Amino acid sequence: MSGEQILFWLFAVTACAGAISVALSQIVVRMAVSLIVCLSSVSALFFLHNADFVGAVQLMVYVGGTIVLLIFGIMLTSSSPFSKIKTSPAEGFLSAGIGALFLSIIAFTVTQVDWKIQSDKVAAAAPVKVSSEGYNAAADGNTARPLALSFLGLRPDQNGQAPGYLLPFEIVSVHLLVVLIGAAYLARTKRRVAPNA
Amino acid sequence: MSLVLANTPIDLVTEGLGLTGAWAWFVVAVIHTILIGLFFGIPAGVFIWAERKVSGRIQDRLGPTRVGGRFGWLQSAADGAKLIQKEDLVPKDADSLLFRAAPYIVVVASFAAFMFLPFGDGWSAVSTDVGLFLMFAMLSLEVIGVILAGYCSGSKWALFGAMREAAQMISYEIPMAICALIPIIIVGSLNLNEIVRFQSGEGGFPSLTLLNWNIFHPIAAPAFILYFVCATASCKRAPFDLAEAESELVAGFLTEYSGMRWSFFFLAEYASMFAVSAIAAILFLGGWDDGVGIVSGLRSSGHEYSASAIGAVILIAKASKLVLVQIWVRWTLPRLRIDQVMTTCLKYLIPMACALFLAAATYPLVLNRANHGRTDLRSPIGDRVPMRAVEASEAHAVLAAPDSTELAAADGEVTQ
Repeated sequence: MSGEQILFWLFAVTACAGAISVALSQIVVRMAVSLIVCLSSVSALFFLHNADFVGAVQLMVYVGGTIVLLIFGIMLTSSSPFSKIKTSPAEGFLSAGIGALFLSIIAFTVTQVDWKIQSDKVAAAAPVKVSSEGYNAAADGNTARPLALSFLGLRPDQNGQAPGYLLPFEIVSVHLLVVLIGAAYLARTKRRVAPNA
Repeated sequence: MSLVLANTPIDLVTEGLGLTGAWAWFVVAVIHTILIGLFFGIPAGVFIWAERKVSGRIQDRLGPTRVGGRFGWLQSAADGAKLIQKEDLVPKDADSLLFRAAPYIVVVASFAAFMFLPFGDGWSAVSTDVGLFLMFAMLSLEVIGVILAGYCSGSKWALFGAMREAAQMISYEIPMAICALIPIIIVGSLNLNEIVRFQSGEGGFPSLTLLNWNIFHPIAAPAFILYFVCATASCKRAPFDLAEAESELVAGFLTEYSGMRWSFFFLAEYASMFAVSAIAAILFLGGWDDGVGIVSGLRSSGHEYSASAIGAVILIAKASKLVLVQIWVRWTLPRLRIDQVMTTCLKYLIPMACALFLAAATYPLVLNRANHGRTDLRSPIGDRVPMRAVEASEAHAVLAAPDSTELAAADGEVTQ
């Protein structure tokens, strides 16, 4: 077993364990911590596959987002410390059923795809050759620069011939801005209806 | 992401040792961890001693004088030995598992940031194209441990401290990241190695590479000051130390901690002070470059190893000076109130950072217009690193149709 494989299994098992303990735990803070464990392990898997940028975004956005969830979900709303969530059996059955369905879809997909053909296709279409010449070589899985250029409308992987992603990027950015403004609107201090003075 | 050890790709090192597969990985990981652990632990101990000495001088005292000779050199080691012997207490009301885990989260978060820190040209454990982004991501995880420590202590003081810390960290990360983006725009790379290489120029000795540092860029200079203020706040240092605030909150999130777990928080605090100062040195103060071309001269004459070693000393010296400034600020400024802290950030720092960001983004266009009489919007602004490597006409060709080999070649030329 190579080092990559050992690390892959380590982080895959940790991610699954975190996810399971989110579902099984009843204390809200522990659920949040398990979520952090799960999401961090997924970002470690991204790093393992040389997707630095996605891994960093996973850490920054998802793990950081969980902190905000922790603060607003628990600290500002719960009435007692270490508040617990009790689920009814009906909810348990429903979510277990949905989870089982989802798991079967994933299992079905994984077993039905011919991974050999797919990997050959990817290898044939891969614009970046994998090499480890020197350090910080552009071909060494460092995808930040081609990604950024694609978002600006240049496609380095297609020799600049394909349309870039400038429009989707702008649409998503504006969308996020709208969400931010909406969140600020919802979170603002409400004016009192009947002022005392 | 590639692992590098002293400027050599890690495969070559392990090949030389006759190691393959999992064993090579393991050996490499152990070497990196020990090296980073030294850089993580030793400066932290030195800064704790320096903090005591500096605070002593500022308050007209002597500070530690007895342990280890006249200057109290061994004070940190003695403190450590004392703290290890203390009883490890967990309050009855605390969530004991998370209470015990919180210090480790804080330490691991600030330790992980050291992975991406280049001490010399190529002397980083991990060299990646999104190095700075990853460093910030790692450092921002520290707040999880602080919030957990505060919340799971089962104490009101600790909860107040954690709430303040959460509000402060989430607010101050915004201007800090925007200020860090300004040198990124100037250089055109998130790779910490490339940012310093850009500032150190390519000339031999003597050449005044000092003027190439980002601190002398008209827009990056105010950004440096803003960044340093936000970095001080993100390390929870006075005047932003509301999470601890001894005189108001006992010790904030640290109230219930004792012994080794308590000292872990301090180790992490001093280590992340060093980390953010090293980021400031790399982004604005030329990193390992000495300013008169000694390091780049040594490198161009083939003395790679000694150039990197001298560079590492220079970078550590620069970062340590910035840490000393943080210590000096802590002992001379009074603590802000929490509403003042939030006002400073939201009403002043964020608009200033945004204005600087806008200025940095438009500055190259203005400069281009002044130089060539036209505004060039065809190429991305931050492409100065590949531009230097190839001729200007070829650079546009590379940007329009970069074959992977050409990009690699361009990067290789930048490396030299």
